[in-house]
Amino acid sequence: MISTLGFGTIAVALALSVYGAVAAVVGVRTRRPELVQSASLAAYVNFGLLAIANLAMVYALVVHDFSVSYVAQVGSRSTPLFITIISLWSALEGSILFWGLVLAAYTAAAVYVHRNHPGPLVPYATAAMLSVGAFFYMLLVGPANPFEAVWPVPPDGPGPNPLLQNHILMAVHPPLLYLGYVGMTVPFAFAIGALLSGELDATWIRMTRRWTVTAWIFLSLAIVAGMWWSYEVLGWAGYWAWDPVENASFMPWLTATAFLHSVMVQERREMLRVWNLSLIVSTFLLTILGTFLTRSGIVQSVHAFTQGTIGYYFIAFIAVGLVFSLILLTGRGAELRSPGNLDSALSRETVFFFNNLILTAFTFTVLLGTLYPIVAEALRGVKVSVGAPFYNKMTLPLCMALLFLLGVGPALPWRRAEPDVLRRKLVIPGVAFLAVAGASLALGLRQPYTILTFGFAAFVLCVTLGEFAAGARARMRAHGESALVALGRLINANRRRYGGYIAHLGVVSMAVGIAASSTFQSTRDVTLRPGQSVRAGRYDVRFDQLWAQNEPHRFVVGADLTVLIEGREVGRLAPRLNFYGDRDEPITTPAVRTRPDEDLYINLMAFERDGSSATFQIIIEPMVVWIWIGGGIIGLGGLVAVLPGRRRREVAVAADTYPVAAGKGGDV
Amino acid sequence: MNLRSVLIAILVTVPLVAVFLYGMRSDPRIVPPAIPGQPAPDFALARMPMTPGEEPSDTVRLSDYRGKVVVLNFWASWCVPCRVEHPELVAVAREYRDRGVVFLGILYNDQVSNARAWLEEMGGEEYPTLLDPGTRTAIDYGLTGVPETVIIDRNGIVRFKRIGIVNREMLVREVEPLLADQEVVGP
Repeated sequence: MISTLGFGTIAVALALSVYGAVAAVVGVRTRRPELVQSASLAAYVNFGLLAIANLAMVYALVVHDFSVSYVAQVGSRSTPLFITIISLWSALEGSILFWGLVLAAYTAAAVYVHRNHPGPLVPYATAAMLSVGAFFYMLLVGPANPFEAVWPVPPDGPGPNPLLQNHILMAVHPPLLYLGYVGMTVPFAFAIGALLSGELDATWIRMTRRWTVTAWIFLSLAIVAGMWWSYEVLGWAGYWAWDPVENASFMPWLTATAFLHSVMVQERREMLRVWNLSLIVSTFLLTILGTFLTRSGIVQSVHAFTQGTIGYYFIAFIAVGLVFSLILLTGRGAELRSPGNLDSALSRETVFFFNNLILTAFTFTVLLGTLYPIVAEALRGVKVSVGAPFYNKMTLPLCMALLFLLGVGPALPWRRAEPDVLRRKLVIPGVAFLAVAGASLALGLRQPYTILTFGFAAFVLCVTLGEFAAGARARMRAHGESALVALGRLINANRRRYGGYIAHLGVVSMAVGIAASSTFQSTRDVTLRPGQSVRAGRYDVRFDQLWAQNEPHRFVVGADLTVLIEGREVGRLAPRLNFYGDRDEPITTPAVRTRPDEDLYINLMAFERDGSSATFQIIIEPMVVWIWIGGGIIGLGGLVAVLPGRRRREVAVAADTYPVAAGKGGDV
Repeated sequence: MNLRSVLIAILVTVPLVAVFLYGMRSDPRIVPPAIPGQPAPDFALARMPMTPGEEPSDTVRLSDYRGKVVVLNFWASWCVPCRVEHPELVAVAREYRDRGVVFLGILYNDQVSNARAWLEEMGGEEYPTLLDPGTRTAIDYGLTGVPETVIIDRNGIVRFKRIGIVNREMLVREVEPLLADQEVVGP
C-alpha cells in the first residue's frame, strides 16, 4: 500500500517536473504566460507530492512496515523511535527521498517569492530547478527507489548503520548538509536563467542573495556539525581527515564563500560577471560531485553508501550539467564583458580579487587531492591515497593568506584607500599581531603556522572589533545613544556588512581552535586494573569498574572512570564500546570532558572479558570547543546578514566615516 | 551556441567522465598486491602451540607450499572484525583442504594465551596460526591493520589482498581461478 502510494507520488512528481520545465521554456519563448503559470503550479504541487512521499516513508518506518524495501533495509523493531524517524536519511534511497523533498521545497519557495518579477529570468530559473528535480525524482523511481515492494515480508530488519545511530548529531548533520547542498540549486538556477534570458546584470545576484546566504549558512553549520560528530563519535579525537566526502562538502563551501564576496564587487562596480556566474555554476556542480562521491562507492570513506548503478546516473548528470553550463558561459562572450574597472590596487576590490584567487586555488587543491587517486588508478593502474600531509602542506599557506586578508579587507574602503588612513587603521592590529606572535615565540612555540595563526587571529580581531567600535562610537556621538543600543542599531542598519564581520570573528575562533588543538594534542595509551589510576596532564584518571549492559538494539560495554585534579574529584567519564546486532566492528563512544581551555577525551580501546583490566586511550586536546563556537558564530553572522532588516531606512551614521556603509545596506 | 563553446565543453567534460567511469569499476577496499607481479615475501615462522607451556615449534616456510594456493590471514584476538570473518575462513578452508589450498593464520600483536583462548572459543584450530614476533612478516606484506587477507598463487605470486573482513563468496571467487592455473615448472 505505502509502496504504491510512495512510488505513485514520486512518479507524478517526475512527470510534473518534466512538464513544468518544458512549459516554462516554451511559455517564455512563445509569450504564453499561462504556460509559465502552469510551470509554477507544477513546482507547488511537487512540494506537496514530495511531502506526502516523505511522510509515507516516515510512517512506514515508524510502524515497521517491512514490505517497503527501504524499511526492510534500515528498519528494526528494536531501534528507538527517534532513531527510526531519522533513519529516513541514514541510507542511500531514503537520503535521496529526503533530498527530493528539500529540493521541492526550495523550488516552490523560490518560484513563489519571485513570482512577480517580470521578464524571462524567473521562468528559465524555474525550468532549471524543475530539471534538477526531474533528475532526482528519476533516481527515486529508478536506481534508488525506496518504495520497492518486498515479498515475502521479512519479520524484522537490521536497523540503520550503527555509526549513524550512535549520536544525536546524526539528526542534525545530514539535514543541514542537504539544506546547504540543495539550496545552492536556487542561485545556480537563476544564474542559468540569467544566461538564457540575457539579463546579465546584477539582478539575478540581488534576487538570489538571500537564497545563497541561507544555503551557505546551512552548509557551514553542516560542515561544523560533521566535524563535531566525527570528534564525538569516531574516537580519534580529530574533526577533519580530508576524507573525500568531507572534501566534497568543503569544496562547494569554498566556492560559495568566494561567490558571497565576489558578488559584492559586481553589485557595486559591475565587474566579475562571468566570474560570478562561473563560481555559482561550479558550486552547484561540486555539490552534485559530492553527492556522486558519497553515493557511487567510487571512493572509500566513512560516508560512503553502498554501491549500485546510481553512480552512472550521477556521471551522466554531471556531464550534462557541465556541458550545458560551459556552452552557456563561453557562448555569451562579449555580452559578458564587464563595464567596470579597477581604480586602485589599494582597495577593497583588490582584497576581494585575492580572496577569490585564494579560495579558488584552495578548491582546486582539494579537488586535485580528492580526484587524484581515481585519476592515478585510471591512468597508471596504481592505487594511491592522498592523505592529510598533502592537504596540510598545500592548504596551510592558503589559510594563512586568507586570515591575513580577513584582517586587511574590512580596513580597506571601496575604490581607493588613502595610505595614511590605512596606516592609522592598521597600526594597532599590526602591533597586536607582533605582540601575540612574539609572545608565542617567547613561550617556546616553534610551529610557524601556529604562531602565524595566533598572530593573524589577534590582527583580525583588532580590525574587526575596531570596525564595530568606530561605527558604534560615531552613533553614540551623533545620536547620544548608549554603547549597546548604538552597536545594535549599527548592525541593524547594515546587516549584510556587520553580519559578514561577525562571521569573520567565527572564522578566527575556528582557526585558533584548530591551530591550538592540532598543535598541542597529547595522547597516551594505558592499561588499568579496577582501582588503578593514571596521571595525564593535570588529571588523575581512575578506572573504577567495567560494566556491560544489554539494550534492545545494542550491547554496550562501558568503563566507569573518575577524573581528579589535585586529588579533588571533578567529574566522571564513561567511555563505551557499542556492539550493534551482527555488525562487524564495535562502535566506540568516547567520553569527552569539554572545558573552554581543553578537552579530556578518553576511549575504551579493549577490555578483558572478566573485567580484570581495560585499555584506554587518553587524549588531551586544548581549545577544541572554540571550533564549535566559531561555527556557531559563523552561522549567527550569516543569519544577521540574511534576516530582513527593519524597513526603517535611517541613514547610517557610520556612512559619514565609512562611505561603504551608505550603499547597498539592507538591500534585497 | 557556437562551435568553440561546444568544443570547450566537450574537452572539459569527456576526460572527467572517462575517469569517473573507470573509477566506478573497482572496489576501493580491494588493494592491489603489495608487489604486483613479484613473488610473495617468504617467511619462516614458528607455529603457535595449542597446548599451554608447549614451546613454539615446527617452523613453517611459505616456500614449502610452492605449487599450492596459499591464503594468509592476519588476525588478532583483540580484533572484533576478525571474529566475524573467522567462521567463513574456516568453512572455506575445510571445503578446499583437499584441493590444494593452504590456509595460514598469522598472529598480529597479540598474546599467545589470548589468541589460543580465542581459537578455542571459536571452535578450535582448523588451520595453523603462525607467530610473527616483531611483526616483520606483517611489515613485509604492508599490513595496515587486522584483519587483512592475502592470497598467493601456485607460483608464489601475491594475487589478492584485502583490507578488512573477507567472506566466503569473495574467497571462492579469488581462489577458484588460481586453482585452474598450472604451476610454472622450471625457470
